[in-house]
Amino acid sequence: MNSRPINVAGLAVFAALLLLWELSSRSSPNLGAYLPPPSDALRSLFRFAVARELFSHLVDTLGRFLLGYVIAAALAVGLGIVLGYFRFAHSLCDVLIELLRPMPSVAIIPVAILLLGIGNTMMVAVTVYACAWPILLNTIDGVRNIDRTLIDTGRTFGLGRWKILRTIALPAAAPYVATGLRISLPIALILVTTSEMVVGGSGLGYFILDQERSFRITEMYAGIVVVALLGYVLNRIFVALEERMTVWHRGSTLRGRP
Amino acid sequence: MTWNRESKLNGFLVLLGVMAAWELAARAALFNPLLFPPMSKIVGSFFALLFSGEIPAQMLSSMRRAATGYFLAAIVFIPLGILMGLFNGVYRALEIVIESARPIPPPVIVPLAMLFFGLGDGMKVFTIFFSCAWPILLNTIDGVRNIDRVLLHTARTFGLSQGKTIASVIVPAASPQVMTGLRISLAITLILVVISEMVGSSDGIGYFILDAQRRLKVDRMYAGMLSLALLGYLLNQLFVLFSSRFLSWHRGMRAAR
Amino acid sequence: MNQPAPILQVEGLSKRYRQAGGESTLAIEDISFTVEQGEFVSLVGPSGCGKTTLLMCVAGLIAPSAGRVAVKGAEVDGPPGNLVLVFQEYNKSLFAWRTVLGNVLFGVAAKDGRAGDAEAKARRLIGLVGLEGFERHYPWELSGGMQQRVAIARALAYEPEVLLMDEPFGSVDAMTRLELEDGLLQLWKELRTTILFVTHDIEEAIYLSDRVYVLGRRPSRVVEQVTVRLARPRNQMTTRADADFMKLRNEIYRRAADQSAK
Repeated sequence: MNSRPINVAGLAVFAALLLLWELSSRSSPNLGAYLPPPSDALRSLFRFAVARELFSHLVDTLGRFLLGYVIAAALAVGLGIVLGYFRFAHSLCDVLIELLRPMPSVAIIPVAILLLGIGNTMMVAVTVYACAWPILLNTIDGVRNIDRTLIDTGRTFGLGRWKILRTIALPAAAPYVATGLRISLPIALILVTTSEMVVGGSGLGYFILDQERSFRITEMYAGIVVVALLGYVLNRIFVALEERMTVWHRGSTLRGRP
Repeated sequence: MTWNRESKLNGFLVLLGVMAAWELAARAALFNPLLFPPMSKIVGSFFALLFSGEIPAQMLSSMRRAATGYFLAAIVFIPLGILMGLFNGVYRALEIVIESARPIPPPVIVPLAMLFFGLGDGMKVFTIFFSCAWPILLNTIDGVRNIDRVLLHTARTFGLSQGKTIASVIVPAASPQVMTGLRISLAITLILVVISEMVGSSDGIGYFILDAQRRLKVDRMYAGMLSLALLGYLLNQLFVLFSSRFLSWHRGMRAAR
Repeated sequence: MNQPAPILQVEGLSKRYRQAGGESTLAIEDISFTVEQGEFVSLVGPSGCGKTTLLMCVAGLIAPSAGRVAVKGAEVDGPPGNLVLVFQEYNKSLFAWRTVLGNVLFGVAAKDGRAGDAEAKARRLIGLVGLEGFERHYPWELSGGMQQRVAIARALAYEPEVLLMDEPFGSVDAMTRLELEDGLLQLWKELRTTILFVTHDIEEAIYLSDRVYVLGRRPSRVVEQVTVRLARPRNQMTTRADADFMKLRNEIYRRAADQSAK
């Protein structure tokens, strides 16, 4: 990463808030029941039994996430390129797309339960459905928005249709595709955790809900911390990959202070 | 008359085709009739539920909570975003707190909210408030930070005070991006409403759909999904209508580029 | 001798920029000049010589590293209320969300928010810059030259005593530029504002000004001061063909070329 000074002020504020939390929850047992001291939550994280349980749930959630995301990416990018490139195909599907788009993807969970039961297949399937949308739409957008001039450049150099697609169109559309992939990252996590909560059995979503129901509050917070960490790590990995694959440029804005 | 390869008609024909195929397949009991009732039955249930007022009632109770959470988030996080965008000090101070809270997937907030607010409206409002925070906040910050320096210099050369600069220059200049944040939050609101109702509620459109599935009243379930799609569409159109009043200048500008 | 003090005094102005990595560049060094009330003075220099930095310091938008600027005797520390800067990038400076009228009204309101005749003033200025009929248009609907005219009208609506202009015609095509030059001279004659004009175009500087200061390469200093004694009103064809015009032009060009060769 670039050499940014450590955010002392930010850390101080963060630490101060944690301290405030810690002190107020210890001093008031009533509050402490709902908002246990962070130190307790942390300690429970490291207790072996909890850690082992959390780890297995983490693995479940991560597995469903990865499967759903990757399948969605493969399907949606492919379909998006086809629909973006071939206007006829797009005209066939556009009404259908516009009809299904406004419906929040989570509403598909009950149907999925009916069709696929309450196992991993269902959870992966709804994740694929939900992630596919942003990836699909952004890919279509990216392919359609490719500057005509770029294509004509390829044609004037005598490139065939497939070559143009591969060497010009796809790289030109790449930033849009990347945007779609980036947007669907949190969506995947949302769908996985939601289906885990609705259906139960395993996974971090289920764990957190279950702990809340059993009033094991500290364990619940521990679960929330783990799932937040998961989201954070996944995001960092994605950003690192994205940075290596695309080039961004910044204009004269507040970001580029003199 | 030549057939336009790309006409919108194609899409409608395909849609009709799909619906017809569904109807025939269902009637021929090709698939489990429990899971795939005929399209006609679904549409029938949809209109029946619509006119009996049952679906509108559920949608209203869903929307009531959603609106509260949404607008509260806007009122809190737009000004905060402006502050954070303008003053790097404020941004740095809050950066770590925000970056820690942001990766929490919104559904996971639901159990937390249930802990504090039980199963009532408060739970939903809190969940939506928390989930809308990030798109609104981050897009507002972005919108403010992306304001060109020349614009700020212009405000200064005309001797504008800090307050006046924010009101007459920064807010209008950032408004397209702020609107983007609000639009994204609208979608998230709808999603979270459904989730919170599926996980911990006894009414609302999300609960309605899940309940129908549990009782194997499949046509009701599909009808619920259809109305949810309709609701999403309507909300979007409303939003476009509302934002176009403020952003007509922006659309013209982008079209001209 | 009782002579009124120059309306603008710049003394020993320097500006040093710090770069990431500890290095620093000196953009301008020890620049001094004056402008009398009602004068039209140009600063001309090669691209990248720090003219914008200089103007920003004079406008009070950035703080110099050394030296001082005084407007009507008062030292500049932040944007002075009787001075306004017109930027080169009009498309980034104009308010995209306001119409032409809205932009110019902004200038009026910035000076005096409660002016009762604000709209009348704004319309008059819009007429003065030749944009009558375009009041309800948005900036993006206008050509580059027209947009810059809106920016000028907006600046003049502020009724500044000193108008600073940073290569205002640098981003428009050549023909429009000639129109704008004449338009500006007309405005200057009517409103009697003091104008400090920055450009890289030597001929433009001579055509417009009473006096021209020539700046050297970065870190720039004033290398020459030239008084332009050509007759007013100036004319794009006759003035530019005048023998004295050519002489001045060659002299400044030689001076500037000297600097570039160094």
